[in-house]
Amino acid sequence: MNPIAGSVDVGSGDIGVLNYAYALEQLEAAFYIKVASAFYGGATAAEISILTDIRDHEVTHRDFFKAAIGTAAIPSLEVNFSSIDFTNRASVLNTAKAFEDLGVSAYNGAGYLLQSATYLELAGKIVSVEARHAAAIRDLLNPRSADFAGNDVVNAAGLDVQRLPSAVLAIAKTYLTTTVTANSLP
Amino acid sequence: MNLENIYTKINEAFNKKNVSRRSALDGVAKLGFGALTAAIPLAIASNLTGKAFAKGTGLGNTSSATIIEILNFALTLEYLESKFYQQGLLAAGLIPGGDRTVFNQISLHESAHVIGLIGAVQALGGTPVAQPTFDFTANGAFLDVFTNYNTFLTLSQAFEDTGVRAYKGQAGGLISNDAILTVALQIHSVEARHACEVRRIRGEKGWISGTNSGGAPASIYVREDNYIQGGVDVRTITTVGATPITEAFDETLTMAEVNAIADPFIV
Repeated sequence: MNPIAGSVDVGSGDIGVLNYAYALEQLEAAFYIKVASAFYGGATAAEISILTDIRDHEVTHRDFFKAAIGTAAIPSLEVNFSSIDFTNRASVLNTAKAFEDLGVSAYNGAGYLLQSATYLELAGKIVSVEARHAAAIRDLLNPRSADFAGNDVVNAAGLDVQRLPSAVLAIAKTYLTTTVTANSLP
Repeated sequence: MNLENIYTKINEAFNKKNVSRRSALDGVAKLGFGALTAAIPLAIASNLTGKAFAKGTGLGNTSSATIIEILNFALTLEYLESKFYQQGLLAAGLIPGGDRTVFNQISLHESAHVIGLIGAVQALGGTPVAQPTFDFTANGAFLDVFTNYNTFLTLSQAFEDTGVRAYKGQAGGLISNDAILTVALQIHSVEARHACEVRRIRGEKGWISGTNSGGAPASIYVREDNYIQGGVDVRTITTVGATPITEAFDETLTMAEVNAIADPFIV
């Protein structure tokens, strides 16, 4: 499907939340596909394995949401990765870290919006994988430090970040040419 | 709705509440987040009969656990993890210096989860379960848990992956309480970060491939080879291979399954 420019709203209710998740998975999938198409110089075998796995997981998530949401699914989004240097390890891994933490915060912050326990369980099955991704990327950046679950994302109560859709999309828009709105969500 | 404020309010209620039920809980209740260290005295003598997991709250639960029961279920797991890491960090020569930062961070979080869940149960008017007595050797099955780092690591992975699946399995039961559900999700993803890090220290992938247990008890990884999600056979809607498809979703465990995994460690 050809990506479209312009503006897309995710919709309302549970479908709105699922489309919102689909939008983020599209973004992540596009990023890791690009990363894995030409790894940054000096990428180790371990890093290649991890980033390839994460690509596969995000593509799976993206394709799953598209299939599950069906006719109400938002279209393919046009991404904007002009701020990322894909030849540079720090740029790639720090962007990956940002995307994963953003995804975790998005699922954690939107779970309460879901009316269906079935959809909540599905979101739950995905968010823990995003958290694993985040921890792995953070461990690549600063091995065996506290960063895998650092104080910048896990607070004094031991709680991970959570953000409302409006806050997440405000961050994500840097990486999207298509404007994505969630006017019916908080 | 500011969910962080709601959780703060729960904790304020907890900190103000006159905890008189058990003297040891009294001490814990007054600590608050600022005093969290690895040396929190959690040696609470249980006056409950039977195992903590089997103890309900007597709130007339029939087909599914009440929110308080779910929180107490989570609390028991957090007590288990918290105690496990406290003991591990205190065991001379167990955790290599280079890994202590990781386990200090994990331990900090588990202790915070204990405090938070006690507060949440009390804020809902419930009685927090007391800390059980643990035997991390599981009656001799893991005799060297605190003398052999590999054994310690294996159980750490087991507890973290179990915790992720335990919270995931109960999320639906919290759907009627937005604030509690959100807190549970926020704990759940932290446990997933823990699990990933411990797995990586063990030389495993940070994510679960099929039912591959990596040497931990197999019961923790049942159904992780699942590829049907929301009624969709995911293999038919993506070009991604079967193994990464199973990695892309973490599965739930039921309360009964978690109890069966944890009971060997509870005296």
